[in-house]
Amino acid sequence: MSVTEVQFQASGAEAGQASGAPVEGRSQWQLTWRRLRSDKVSMIALIVVVLMIVLAIIAPVFAAITHHPVDAAYPIQGENAAGNPVGPFTNGFWLGTDSTGRDLLVRILYGARISLFVGVVSTFIAAFLGVTIGLMAGYFGGIIDTLLARFTDAVLAFPYVVLALALAEAFGPSLTIIMILITFFSWAGIARIVRGQTLSIREKEYIEAARSLGAGPFRIMFLDILPNLLAPVLVVATLYIPQAIVFEATLSFLGLGIQPPTPSWGNMLADAQNFYQVAWWYLAFPAIFLLITTLAFNLLGDGIRDAMDPRTERLVAARRMRRRRDKRRTALLDGQTALQNEQEA
Amino acid sequence: MAIVGYIVRRILTGIVVVWLVASIAFFLFFSRPVTTVARELAGRAATPQVINEVITNLGLNQPIMTQYWHFLDNLVHGNLGYSYFTQESVDTMLKQDLPPTVSLVIGGVILWLIVGLAVGIISATRARSFFDRFSNVAVLIGLSMPVFVIGELLISVVFYPLYSHGFTWINTGYSGITSGVGSFFGHMLLPWITLAAVQAAVYTRLSRGQLLDTLGEDYIRTARAKGLPERRVVFRHAVRAALTPVVSQLGVDIGQLLGGVVVVEVVFGLGGIGQVSVQAVEQDNLPVIIGFVIIAALFVVVSNIVVDLVYATLDPRVRIT
Amino acid sequence: MAPSTDDNVLVRVENLVKYFPVKAGGFVRHTVGNVHAVDDVSLVIERGKTLGLVGETGSGKSTLARCVAGLIPVTSGKVIFDGRDITKLSRGAMRPLRREVQMIFQDPYSSLNPRRRVGSIIGEPFAIHKTATGAERKRQVQELMERVGLNPEHYNRFPAEFSGGQRQRIGVARALALRPKLIICDEPVSALDVSIQAQVLNLLADLQQEYGLSYLFIAHDLEVVRHVSDKVAVMYLGRVGEAAPKEDLYTHPRHPYTVALLSAAPAADPDTAAARQRVILTGDVPSPITPPAGCRFHPRCPRAQEICGIQEPRLVPYKDTGGEAEPAGVAAAPWSAGADAHLAACHFPVADGESLAAAGTRELA
Repeated sequence: MSVTEVQFQASGAEAGQASGAPVEGRSQWQLTWRRLRSDKVSMIALIVVVLMIVLAIIAPVFAAITHHPVDAAYPIQGENAAGNPVGPFTNGFWLGTDSTGRDLLVRILYGARISLFVGVVSTFIAAFLGVTIGLMAGYFGGIIDTLLARFTDAVLAFPYVVLALALAEAFGPSLTIIMILITFFSWAGIARIVRGQTLSIREKEYIEAARSLGAGPFRIMFLDILPNLLAPVLVVATLYIPQAIVFEATLSFLGLGIQPPTPSWGNMLADAQNFYQVAWWYLAFPAIFLLITTLAFNLLGDGIRDAMDPRTERLVAARRMRRRRDKRRTALLDGQTALQNEQEA
Repeated sequence: MAIVGYIVRRILTGIVVVWLVASIAFFLFFSRPVTTVARELAGRAATPQVINEVITNLGLNQPIMTQYWHFLDNLVHGNLGYSYFTQESVDTMLKQDLPPTVSLVIGGVILWLIVGLAVGIISATRARSFFDRFSNVAVLIGLSMPVFVIGELLISVVFYPLYSHGFTWINTGYSGITSGVGSFFGHMLLPWITLAAVQAAVYTRLSRGQLLDTLGEDYIRTARAKGLPERRVVFRHAVRAALTPVVSQLGVDIGQLLGGVVVVEVVFGLGGIGQVSVQAVEQDNLPVIIGFVIIAALFVVVSNIVVDLVYATLDPRVRIT
Repeated sequence: MAPSTDDNVLVRVENLVKYFPVKAGGFVRHTVGNVHAVDDVSLVIERGKTLGLVGETGSGKSTLARCVAGLIPVTSGKVIFDGRDITKLSRGAMRPLRREVQMIFQDPYSSLNPRRRVGSIIGEPFAIHKTATGAERKRQVQELMERVGLNPEHYNRFPAEFSGGQRQRIGVARALALRPKLIICDEPVSALDVSIQAQVLNLLADLQQEYGLSYLFIAHDLEVVRHVSDKVAVMYLGRVGEAAPKEDLYTHPRHPYTVALLSAAPAADPDTAAARQRVILTGDVPSPITPPAGCRFHPRCPRAQEICGIQEPRLVPYKDTGGEAEPAGVAAAPWSAGADAHLAACHFPVADGESLAAAGTRELA
């Protein structure tokens, strides 16, 4: 009797499931969000990030409340007898003043605007560029790939300081230059990851299926490959934002970026170097804000990566099961000893 | 024999890269209006007379391709130009400023590799222990801090309190090894820590991750099943496999290293070529910047070749390509 | 015996050759050899019929399938689909042709994009060729889902939520969307449990009846091929060893390789199993980069003689000559010698009732 002579009820056994309203599958994003929500550290990081963004946006509100506009210097209330900055909570300066008697808190918040703007926007543009270039390099292969990949590697290995110096010298330091620089150096990291992923996804059967259907290369790249890439790209982008922020701060610190009097955490910290002996707050507060912001983004990025990777879920589940089993075991033993004690008694 | 071909190819590529970088720098700067260029070459304080002098002496009025040719010619002969500002030739200047940079780089790299790998390996072998958790937190903080913040922190928290209480061994600025080994270390200790800190964090995380993955592989289980002592399993087998991605990462990081070097030199006032170049931007001192650009390119190329060779030694699969 | 007329021939493969270059490094990468994936294969697929293609891994059957589907360029030879040689077409010209030739893939787990919903996967052909949009597309997709035995309400689910057999049905629905003329099935049931295999095969048979589809059915499991095919071709190392109508092949295999394959398949009937002579082939499959001289099968063949290592046997209609002499006749592409011709490429084909080692020197256990 050949195998095919055994008749199964096709529809019954397999396709039959409780039919009711059309069921929507849970997408990858919904699952990730649920996992992320249960991770306390990541939630705190997310709240901090949102808080920073909000603070940056409402910075003018603080200027209004304290009546200290961002570039207004107060040589009398803002400086003590020796001409040095005053500390926190003196004379209506919540966090003290900087070297020329300006309100430190207001300047820090305005500095946050620049840092966050540069960080997020540059990374966003870089992600866009990186994904496009990575996709094309990975999908088309051949000479296009060789050219693009070599170019990407060259950019990745390039010392950014050198280019920063050169550009600052040639065109003068400015916000635009910083954004160009940061975007220029960030896209390469993203492109490299995208290219690697594309190379492996390209070999999958469903891509071959799409080609056999007659799909053109761009359709395949953006509709088939890209959705499978978004996860790693999102993780990388979230981790590139703090790098961009640090980058901007470093450049401004060196004098190659935002120039005073425009406040940037970098140039404030540069100035603060000269005053750390007499005004620790000038060094401490911008540094704390910078640190908290980058730390939050880093934690958030890690959290997103863990939330997207079911491997950690298995580890957590395994741990939970182990704990439960241990609890059960001790409960059992306790029960046994209690029984014994009863019997002996 | 294939390895000789490999080295030759890399050196040739390296020369091409350096040439490309120098050319780009040249065209970036010298394609601008003649007076701007002249002023930068002469220095900010130059009078119109000096500027005209510069234009004629350096032939800035000549067609750009002739200038380019002279530039390349000079370059090949090791002549990086002449800073009118300080009346010194650039290569002498840079040669003077090289020792602090070299000391910083060597010490920093050694420190970060040792710390990064050690902590990474220990964390991986004692996963989830207190040490591991503690180092994970430290790594995260280290990753989030910009180099200059670390530097400033160290200065204000370590150097200043010690110094103001009479403990002068730890100091800012540079003291050459020839003027006393003790003083050399005293000046270099904090800069080394600063440079190494962020990178150590990166490498700790990298090596820990790699080692954890490798330790989960089947051939490690086989080694253990064979009864090999754990230490041998870890060091002879796992670490070697785990190291290769670390080394390849090193190649990429060399470029980023230069950024850290510049920052540390500025923060601690070491006066190496990094700090000098930053000052050159402020002073509009063009030849120094071009000189720095070219030297940086050279450094990156050479160190990449070295790293690739080390990588090829570690991973026999790579050799011929 | 009338030859297959052009009327009922849908696909004619003529002398198809596909080599993959093997490159070596060094200073300049150059080609050091070729993988002879498909080496001069000719076949015919008739309208509304199924051609089964059997062979081991490395026999070139998957490569052949992709050449016929136009997915990879050929090294030489022709694939004539409905009168047109598709090997010469540009990508733009190929596009409308893609509506007529579709593929079903082997692995139900990787042939569907895990990040797309099922409705979008099945609806993609409509989107690519712009034949239906919006609500109309959804309607057609749901119709297809129903036709292949899926619940149309699962339109918005992800492939991960379906079983292997269901996923294969999704693949079938996708292939069926544009009512192609030819569906190439590349081991569509190899990855499924046996009971599910039956369902999918029955579905394919039903669809063939209903829509007049032609199939090129590739497999390595002989029993499966026997059930679905009208004609079967056996491939070995890039060449066709034997080609015949189904029952002919299974009851009177001529090529030693076919005999060995059939002997290895488990027979459900114990009597047949006992009567069958178990043939064990020695040696490994040789490398397709340097195929053996003469007949490609000769190193493993129990009946190989000297001539087998020197002269390559041509694919000719079988004539029972008593097992010693070379079969007569002009080399023929299946099935120009006649629709029911039984072709074999062997110097010493196995006659009825002959044991495998009869003409040969080696005795086997």
